[in-house]
Amino acid sequence: MTAGTEAPAIGLTHRASEDTGHGHRGPESKSIVVPYGFWLFVLSDMVLFSALFASYATLVGATDGGPTTSQLFDRNLVAIETIALLVSSFVCGLALITAKRANMAWTQFWLLLTGLLGLVFLSIEIYEFGTMIAEGAGPQRSAFLSAFFTLVGCHGLHVTAGLLWLGTMMAQILAKGFRQHIIRRLLCFSIFWHALDIIWVAIFTIVYLIGTLP
Amino acid sequence: MSDSRGGNGSTVRPGRAGLIRVLTGGALLALTAGCNRGILDPVGPIAAQEKQLLINSTAIMLAIIIPTMIATVAFAWWFRRGNSKATYRPDWEYSGAVEIVVWSIPALTIMLLGGITWIASHNLEPSKPLKSSVPPLKVEVVSLDWKWLFIYPDQGVATVNQLVVPAGTPISFRLTSATVWNSFFVPQMGTMIYTMPRMTTRLNLQADRQGVYDGLSTHFSGDGFPGMQFKVQALPADQLAMWAQDSRGTGTALDAQGYAELSKPTSYVKPMTYGTVAPGLFDAIVNDRVQQLQRLPAVAPPNQNSAVSTGG
Amino acid sequence: MFGKLTWDAIPFNQPIPLITSLVILAAILGIALWVWRKGWWPYLWNEYITSTDHKRIGVMYIVLALLMLVRGFADAIMMRAQQSLAIGASQGFLPPEHYNQIFSAHGTIMIFFVAMPFVIGFMNFVVPLQLGVRDVAFPTMNNVSFWLSASGALLINLSLFIGEFARTGWLGFPPLSEKAFSPGVGVDYYLVALQVSGVGTVLTAVNFVTTILKTRAPGMSYMRMPIFCWTALASNLIMLAAFPVLTVVLAQLMLDRFLGFHFFTNDGGGNSMLYMNLIWVWGHPEVYILVLPAFGIYSEVAATFSGKPLFGYRSMVFATMAICIISYCVWLHHFFTMGAGANLNAVFGIASMIIGIPTGVKIYNWLFTLYGGRVRFTVPVYYLIGFMLTFVVGGLTGVLLAIPPIDFVVHNSLFLVAHFHHVIIGGVVFALMAGYTYWFPKAFGFTLHEGLGKAVFWCWFIGFHLAFMPLYVLGFWGATRRMQHISDPTWAPWLNIAFVGAVIIGLGIVLTVVQLLYSIKTRDQRRDVTGDPWDGRTLEWLTLSPPPHYNFAVLPDVHGEEAYWLRKQTAIKQDQLIEEPDYQPIEMPVNTPTGVIVAFFASLCGFAIIWYIWWLAILGLIGAFAAFVWYAWRDEHEHIIPVEEVRANARERRRVRMEHLHSLSQST
Repeated sequence: MTAGTEAPAIGLTHRASEDTGHGHRGPESKSIVVPYGFWLFVLSDMVLFSALFASYATLVGATDGGPTTSQLFDRNLVAIETIALLVSSFVCGLALITAKRANMAWTQFWLLLTGLLGLVFLSIEIYEFGTMIAEGAGPQRSAFLSAFFTLVGCHGLHVTAGLLWLGTMMAQILAKGFRQHIIRRLLCFSIFWHALDIIWVAIFTIVYLIGTLP
Repeated sequence: MSDSRGGNGSTVRPGRAGLIRVLTGGALLALTAGCNRGILDPVGPIAAQEKQLLINSTAIMLAIIIPTMIATVAFAWWFRRGNSKATYRPDWEYSGAVEIVVWSIPALTIMLLGGITWIASHNLEPSKPLKSSVPPLKVEVVSLDWKWLFIYPDQGVATVNQLVVPAGTPISFRLTSATVWNSFFVPQMGTMIYTMPRMTTRLNLQADRQGVYDGLSTHFSGDGFPGMQFKVQALPADQLAMWAQDSRGTGTALDAQGYAELSKPTSYVKPMTYGTVAPGLFDAIVNDRVQQLQRLPAVAPPNQNSAVSTGG
Repeated sequence: MFGKLTWDAIPFNQPIPLITSLVILAAILGIALWVWRKGWWPYLWNEYITSTDHKRIGVMYIVLALLMLVRGFADAIMMRAQQSLAIGASQGFLPPEHYNQIFSAHGTIMIFFVAMPFVIGFMNFVVPLQLGVRDVAFPTMNNVSFWLSASGALLINLSLFIGEFARTGWLGFPPLSEKAFSPGVGVDYYLVALQVSGVGTVLTAVNFVTTILKTRAPGMSYMRMPIFCWTALASNLIMLAAFPVLTVVLAQLMLDRFLGFHFFTNDGGGNSMLYMNLIWVWGHPEVYILVLPAFGIYSEVAATFSGKPLFGYRSMVFATMAICIISYCVWLHHFFTMGAGANLNAVFGIASMIIGIPTGVKIYNWLFTLYGGRVRFTVPVYYLIGFMLTFVVGGLTGVLLAIPPIDFVVHNSLFLVAHFHHVIIGGVVFALMAGYTYWFPKAFGFTLHEGLGKAVFWCWFIGFHLAFMPLYVLGFWGATRRMQHISDPTWAPWLNIAFVGAVIIGLGIVLTVVQLLYSIKTRDQRRDVTGDPWDGRTLEWLTLSPPPHYNFAVLPDVHGEEAYWLRKQTAIKQDQLIEEPDYQPIEMPVNTPTGVIVAFFASLCGFAIIWYIWWLAILGLIGAFAAFVWYAWRDEHEHIIPVEEVRANARERRRVRMEHLHSLSQST
């Protein structure tokens, strides 16, 4: 591989075939293939969340005489959570920029901030879940609450997994530097993190906003 | 076999057309003859319409697929490598005319069947009451583990694993389940419907012919499932009233306690009759409020003409 | 310490599972010892278990499928035997609690651990070769996917001798599958095994969609892709979009069972109809995951053995993608009898029929592929013709079921059972057997014995019809499915015919094994010297058999549809091979034990969850995560195949091809 060329997909070490004019030049390089595959995975995750949303919509009224949406949700807490997650995404983007410039200190700083804000989000969510359970509005109370805890909790689990991934990436970058495959993974992480934001916006709207309409 | 003029079609010799007719007729015959039982021996209007629908749809489709199957064998055989009489067309991979035909045949068939589907689905919708000059008999059905309970709210009696109906009278069913899903089915009367806990499904059937018919559950419900069979007895209409009259006051009472006893898991239960039924039992089962039903008094069964109270 | 696990979990008092388990254990130990004595473990570890080569992974998938076929078939023959024996006063030899596990295991194993791995195995082996590339987009992930499927299969089989299996059918409908009505571990085995293998399936989908859309040989535009690759694309797109729904609904049932949630329970506001909807939103597309690649196999076989291109290629592509999309619009036809109302029932019924249109078009396109051809009656063509005669009848019964009022009288009956076996065996199994025969020489360098292959076909064809035609009759008579005991003795003759049919199918499976062993023993008589034993039309036939690890010395330039055929005809006309290219060293991904290690921890974690051994479950999760991090930490992802080796292999191939070319020109 000569310097400056993209890492190719499997085995394509010699010069790529000339474009025959029929629209295809051979296998794409890894820097295209890897994020593309990861996007597909994110899409499948969106389908997963769609099923959870569908279940939530079906069961939102099945309160079994127990607490309803308007009795449970605190818009202020949710606002703080949302801001934390959105800013977290923003600084994650900054981390990608500094990573492309191979700046170790700033990259680690922005990644750390990403993680901390993610932790803020999680802490608030765990607090919310804890108080609900303590009040007797846990997931075992009714079908609505089962659906709520599962939808929002699944998102929280994804955030947790993302934080584990983030920690691993930070360690890897520290140990190995800004190699191509590590940059690719960072890119995939940021796709994941932004996707979680998108899901959160949907949750925020469908569960919390609509649920607390007067 | 087709003659050696290639192209998009081949002339069908009279023998082949006759063969097709025989095969179609034979298939239909096999379907209907000698096996006149179950859903092919309908005793009421719903089942009769469904059987007709089955035969018509099968015939329509057989008319398409039998020639296709014959063509498959014919083409494969004629164009076998050893046959020097067949024209080899190594580059023939597209023909607009053929494409139009092969898309049209399934499309037209499906359009026809689609129209039939729309109409039939509406005509034979289970919750649709049957047209009749006679008022319907109301029956409430509960599937338990692993037997069938039939409550006659207007008659004030109930039976287990035995459904007694007047011939020629529409039956209006409300169905539920006490535990897990089941499916109420009397093949000769037609349409089956699921029974689901905390929910009520509706069904309308009629038996025009007097007799005894088999009934079963068609949704697997656990270890006692094979024993969930029942008999349907279609009596002359006046005999039903007599039967109800004779049964009232006899046997055990189906109140909260009687129901608790019945709810114990048993299978292959022999048919039995309850002479008194707590009013509103069915709705109480649907809403899981059986415990709150009043205990039945020792005497005074409900009047046959009283409206069904919701009790509880 | 060990959760719910006690010595009672082992079925000491149930002879059939006990003896079966002991026999299987003995067989596994025996084979492991034999392999060890022969010194084959290093070879197996390096060449297969840790392989990232799509060809090896494909073979492993198919081996898994064939092994599980034996288990799934054993379940089937026990069911047939029981239904022949347990009539009237007799209760047969299987009490309900046992019979109910058997039919649940039969369906679960056949769909998830026979059909899926078999189809995925073919896609693994064939797609990169047909696309003219060296491997899939993510070879390590491919290895992990396989081992996760194997892990699921392991868990299902463990249920035979530790604990019990689900008694709820292959889809586990609640409330029956809830804790209240299924308190044992059976449903948990089912749920955990499917969740573990489901992760593998989603990863496979990501892999193949990326491979097909982003990595193809130079010049291979979409409309030059082999039709099998199009069907693989459609199948994997469905996998990508459907399996997450399965993950969700099974997880919801797990939450109900393990943590007392109320998704589908009778109390707390649970809604069991939600399960029906979600599971079938997955379930219907699932069968198209299986049947679309099967159609792709038929397309390849029809074209190759007719000696002409597939008729109506573009039409076939369009029909494939149409089926892919419409498959998401029909799921309600699985519960017409739930009482959704006439409008919903009719709309979904019509949608279900609409999917029959592209399917019908495909049948006609295969028909017209045969037309004008020079058809060679090889074993794959037997399966093709057998399929075309069988599947259309299965499709007919399917359209009948799609008409709600007809479904109202045959839903869940033996008519339904006959229908879906009709289309699965006639459609999918026949294709798998055809593909097995067709691509076997490419994988192993010699063809299978033809005569035995034809015998296997007849066993399947005759056996299938005997086993399932009587069930249509019984369905009309009002017989329902999943009956441990039959009360009507007049059904006996039909059930006995069905049993005979099952035995004949069993004979076919035995003969398949015989064919394999005999073919291995006499392989020198049927060597595939040229790499192109069938006069093929697609790029996999360009390589020698088996292909080198890296498939092609140089990625082939594709100049038209049927890239290989064009190239071959040009070579024959010009009596010379394509100009020798400039060889380069080739980078290929290294082997990795990540897959088998992750699967080990997944199995551990899964088993622990089933038996409520929480400390072990956490350990398993940590182990899997650690293995993943360890894998991610490696610095060497690829090894280089030196140019001398590439050149030597390529020149050998050219030499063989020149000889073949000369013999062809002499004969024309």
